[in-house]
Amino acid sequence: MNDVFQLSVVAGILTSAIRLATPYLYAAIGEAFSQRSGVVNLGVDGIMLISAYASFYIVLNTGSIWLGLLAAIVVGLLMGLLMAFISVTLKAEQGISGIGLYMFGLGLSSLLFKTTIGTVKTVTGFQPVKIPLLGDIPVVGEIFFQHSLLVYGAFLLVPLAWFVLEKTTWGLKNKSVGQNPAAADSLGVNVDRVRYVSVCIGAILAGIAGASLSISLLNLFQDNLTAGQGFIAVALVYFGGWKPVGILWGALLFSTVNAFQLWMQVLGVKIPSDVAIMLPYLLTIAALAITINRVRQPAALNKPFERGES
Amino acid sequence: MAHGVPTNEKQQIQRVEMCNITKCFPGVLANDRVCFDVNQGEVHALLGENGAGKSTLMRQLYGLYRPDEGEILINGRPYTFNSPADAIEVGIGMIHQHFMLVPTMTVAENVALGLKSSREPMLDLDKVSARIRELSQLYGSIIDPSAYVWQLSVGEQQRVEIIKALYRGASLIILDEPTAVLTPQEVNDLFVTLKRMVKDGHTLIFISHKLHEVMAISNRVTVLRDGCLIGTRLTSEVTRNELVKMMVGRDVRQLNPQPLKSGPVRLEIQGLQAMGDRGTEALRGINLQIHGGEIVGLAGVSGNGQRELAECLAGVRKTNHGTILMDSVDISFMPLKQRIDSGLAYIPEERMRDGAVREFSVQENVFLHDHASPKYTHGIFLDFARMRVFASELVKNFNVKTPGLDTPIKNLSGGNIQKLIMARELSRQPKVLIAAQPTRGVDIGATEYIHQRLLQQREEGIAIFLISEDLDEICVLSDRIAVLYEGRIMGIVERNEATVEQIGLMMAGISMTEAMQR
Repeated sequence: MNDVFQLSVVAGILTSAIRLATPYLYAAIGEAFSQRSGVVNLGVDGIMLISAYASFYIVLNTGSIWLGLLAAIVVGLLMGLLMAFISVTLKAEQGISGIGLYMFGLGLSSLLFKTTIGTVKTVTGFQPVKIPLLGDIPVVGEIFFQHSLLVYGAFLLVPLAWFVLEKTTWGLKNKSVGQNPAAADSLGVNVDRVRYVSVCIGAILAGIAGASLSISLLNLFQDNLTAGQGFIAVALVYFGGWKPVGILWGALLFSTVNAFQLWMQVLGVKIPSDVAIMLPYLLTIAALAITINRVRQPAALNKPFERGES
Repeated sequence: MAHGVPTNEKQQIQRVEMCNITKCFPGVLANDRVCFDVNQGEVHALLGENGAGKSTLMRQLYGLYRPDEGEILINGRPYTFNSPADAIEVGIGMIHQHFMLVPTMTVAENVALGLKSSREPMLDLDKVSARIRELSQLYGSIIDPSAYVWQLSVGEQQRVEIIKALYRGASLIILDEPTAVLTPQEVNDLFVTLKRMVKDGHTLIFISHKLHEVMAISNRVTVLRDGCLIGTRLTSEVTRNELVKMMVGRDVRQLNPQPLKSGPVRLEIQGLQAMGDRGTEALRGINLQIHGGEIVGLAGVSGNGQRELAECLAGVRKTNHGTILMDSVDISFMPLKQRIDSGLAYIPEERMRDGAVREFSVQENVFLHDHASPKYTHGIFLDFARMRVFASELVKNFNVKTPGLDTPIKNLSGGNIQKLIMARELSRQPKVLIAAQPTRGVDIGATEYIHQRLLQQREEGIAIFLISEDLDEICVLSDRIAVLYEGRIMGIVERNEATVEQIGLMMAGISMTEAMQR
């Protein structure tokens, strides 16, 4: 047991935690864009899966990680347009259409994987980039500054998203259509357009989250690669109070627990692996149960907007 | 260029004409070939009952709806508005009855929403704030641009709405029932602001169903009824009675209830305390007695505890402290059903949420409570035949206009739903009636009917607690008037003992002794 508390193990856990936070950050911050505009997209996990497949397939066949990333973005955008069309234009029940989107992504990625790839293969994805000077600092450098570009991107996304949401005119529109779409509409804001853009940004980021798994963190694809991480990302949005910084803390908490349980297994600590794998999910439930009452969700969340109905 | 006056880049609106506007919604002809015009510098009132089509007409001028037929001319040129953005562009602003504000955003953010910033794509809230200070000072007192809208009083929120329109350079401003939510003092302040705006060259369209306000502020008045234009008159050349007749289509009888010898105390509230929905103290010790054969009106600005008080009495909200006695029996801890069975009737404020089940038929709504009574059951089965007889009697006796007993209640007008709820509650021959906002959103005809019924019940010896935001209604019907402010009764006055202004002062939190000296 003493092994666990050695510096190298702690550093290892923290390094993994930073890496593992990546898909959560992309997906949850994307979902925050969508939810702040009033649309709950429960299909995040499906978008992640199908984008993870697409980027993996492209990298496997072309060897270009950038083309792979582009594929994830394009697929994410298409899935976002589909979700927006169903929930904004057709005004369908968002929870149901999101679950439909998830099932679609899960099934299609699995089908395509079986027909086009067949067995689990690996690719050379995004490689760690050591940041000059900072990366050479002992321990700290290893934990924070020797990651792949997608990992850095996820953390840079936090201030970027905060800036867009809080400091720009578009961010104000995004917030207002989620809080009181009738008010935004009465000032000439095109509610449907803002929601389309918000859902699509969310879906593109979900796509990148998927790619971060298949061509950066794991460099492989298999059935149900995400194992529900997209749903945890949705929970993280609530946990983080619809704020990028809140989501950052949430993502780090979950990824740390995840890294911890992985290292427990690696070190052969005697707890059943199933229990260990359960930990992040148990934490999701516990965290939501504790936080859900104190945060204020967008007032028009889950409500389609129709002019003249108030 | 003076502050607050429409900017030069925008053309000044000299004249707006709406010609033969027709607008259909599924099943409703909301506007039927309506013509309306307004000239620069005038206040044109648009008068009519709820559902007469006033708001619909103006929403078309503001680009929220598109007319099915007809034309909108501005300064003689035809315009088509596809969205409010187009109307704003021409210089039209609208203050909606339900404020179009985002409570979780600041005043400055609400004003800046939808506008191009000077530092696009970044916000320029400093500049916006400076202009808000200017504008708010020009038309009253300064509003803090960094305050969140939920922190503001209703009157202040309305001023934010006006500033929003002025900020966009509106020269024509449509006000949809702007006084509905204000205290008498706030109404006075609003009128001062509006007069100032007219003096500065703005044009106003004032939608209302309150005659005295229309008489007080407008130059001309146009009356709509059932979607049709009834007529346009100069305000100086028309009397209140003529306007009522135009609105309702017939003469309306003035109620003048005579004092009755009141009976024993039927409802007594002692030291009642309760929490509001947000966990704040909503009722801070209410003491009140209501006698049989008496109507006690509860006046107050909405949100001062009226809803909580009604709910505590009805038994749907937990009380923290105090007792409620009905005919000297403590009912404070009685469950809802028992209260009803022992003679309490309740007409809730939100009739579609708490008073009726939208999707249920008229008949089913009559039997929401009494369906289990032995009168209407055979063992475990419902006796539909007998229920039908009773429901049709109620519908007939209370003049409920409905296509049939099986019509979903959501298809009835507000007035008819309210009459049905009232019929149901009174059919149990209650001892005490709690009537919360019984005529809100109800047309004049139904209002008249409901008022007569209330007075009739009073003569039969029921104790009636009338909770209303309509001060006129309270003053006409009540034998005594209690004024509620921040969860406390500021004072109780006999009818005719206090003026509307004095009651208004108490509604604003001024003590009874002070209010009565003014």
